[in-house]
Amino acid sequence: MPERLAMTALIAALLALPGAAETISPEKADELRHLLYQDCGSCHGLTRKGGLGSPLTPEAMEGRDRDGLVEIILDGLPGTAMPPWRPLMSEAEAYWIADYLLKDTVQ
Amino acid sequence: MTRLAALLMCSVLAAPALAQELRATGDLGVIVERATGSVLIVDQSERAAIGRVEGLGDLSHASLVFSPDERFAYLFGRDGGLSKIDILTQQVVGRVIQSGNSIGGAISDDGKLIAVANYEPGGVKIFDADTLEELAHIEADGKALGLEDAAGRKFVFSVWDTNETKIVDFSGAEPVVTTLSDIGANPYDALVTDDGRTYIAGLFGEDGLSAIDLWAEVPEVKRILPHYGRGQEEMPVYKMPHLEGWAKAGDQIVLPAVHHHEVLWVDARTLEETGRTAVHSQPVFAMARPGGRHVWVNFAHPENDTIQVIDTMTHEVIGEMVPGPAVLHMEFTSRGTEAWVSVRDENKVVIYDTTTLEPIGEIEVQSPSGIFFTARAHRLGL
Ligand code: HEC
Repeated sequence: MPERLAMTALIAALLALPGAAETISPEKADELRHLLYQDCGSCHGLTRKGGLGSPLTPEAMEGRDRDGLVEIILDGLPGTAMPPWRPLMSEAEAYWIADYLLKDTVQ
Repeated sequence: MTRLAALLMCSVLAAPALAQELRATGDLGVIVERATGSVLIVDQSERAAIGRVEGLGDLSHASLVFSPDERFAYLFGRDGGLSKIDILTQQVVGRVIQSGNSIGGAISDDGKLIAVANYEPGGVKIFDADTLEELAHIEADGKALGLEDAAGRKFVFSVWDTNETKIVDFSGAEPVVTTLSDIGANPYDALVTDDGRTYIAGLFGEDGLSAIDLWAEVPEVKRILPHYGRGQEEMPVYKMPHLEGWAKAGDQIVLPAVHHHEVLWVDARTLEETGRTAVHSQPVFAMARPGGRHVWVNFAHPENDTIQVIDTMTHEVIGEMVPGPAVLHMEFTSRGTEAWVSVRDENKVVIYDTTTLEPIGEIEVQSPSGIFFTARAHRLGL
């Protein structure tokens, strides 16, 4: 019983801190960067200047909300061609991508 | 006497030099290296690369067409760059940045005009194939795509945002544009069959597809497979399917479905559905080998390491290969004996024997995407 409680508390803590819940290993980071360039790139362009998808350049990401971006990445934008990535990536991975997109912006 | 000797000498000297320099382009091809902004020039008979041309910009989603003499390749880059490459000297002989964001192009049937479809600003620009001088800009209120050539110096394209298709007739001094509204919601790509008769647009935003009979006196939009997609669960699309001029397989047209893990078969004359084949994942390209006996299919991320081969008579999958991670494109040699397959994440192109389905060769290529053989120069709709 106490173990169960501790477990629940741990899960709650993990859920509350999605960005930090799971650390992204350097190998995983490489994979995500590759995914962003290549597979997001098939709609957003290799340089993220846009294509069928909108631009994801630092200028376009200026002032954007981190959680909002994560939500778009995980759930997509229904009614548009932006697909939900939840079936293919964890929340922590989506946060890593959102942070990457926000990295060079002035918030 | 001395004159004759000199003449003889000249021809003796000239002959071997000429023999060395002469080269035909009929078995050459160009492979896009999407991440490095370069293209590799390959020799099909030698199954080898013979050169690389660099400095071509953002080549994600790049495609190209060939001049009628198969000497020049016109490359359409994502960043709006239009480059004219001499594949014999392996040099860029012309280059313009013609827009901010583009998605592909076409060459007119007479080889004189190059058209490029642009997202930003939306529309199609038409250039002189010799000089790359801009001749016309057909504006659109949205992203232009599905640009194809049609007989008689015509181009046909669709607009993602406005659900229109435009037919541009450039047989006279000025282009004449006919707009067909209501091609359907969000056309994402299109094809023209190799007889130049049927333009088919795939729709992302609604069920079914649309077709236009380009031979008709007054071309009209006709919905095909109108019930396709109803009552089925939509699946996320991680990469848009491509429709291509390789769709005709005998008297059928083969099409990759969108939102569904299926390939669709349509009667080429009546445009009625004749079957569906369940496939591995969301198909990207469904390409009939020359002659139309089989169709090869590749797939969207994340199940994009696989290729399936379908028998066009039975509609059954008869082969499955796993060339490697991120299979982006396939191209058949002109009579269909080999298929070249780009495996982006292993930096290679794998060559398959189309009869045994066994790999018979491999070429090292940086992040390969589109593979284009010069025989395309002589086909409509490619
Ligand atoms: C199949 C095409 C496609 C792919 C692949 C794709 N996107 Fe998108 N994405 C879109 C489209 C289309 C939009 C714009 C939707 C709209 O608002 O019209 C979009 C919008 C977005 C936005 C919102 C931009 C803004 O300014 O609001 C973000 C963030 C985004 N995508 C991130 C990603 C990431 C990260 C990936 C890869 C993991 C990805 N996308 C892959 C098509 C795609």
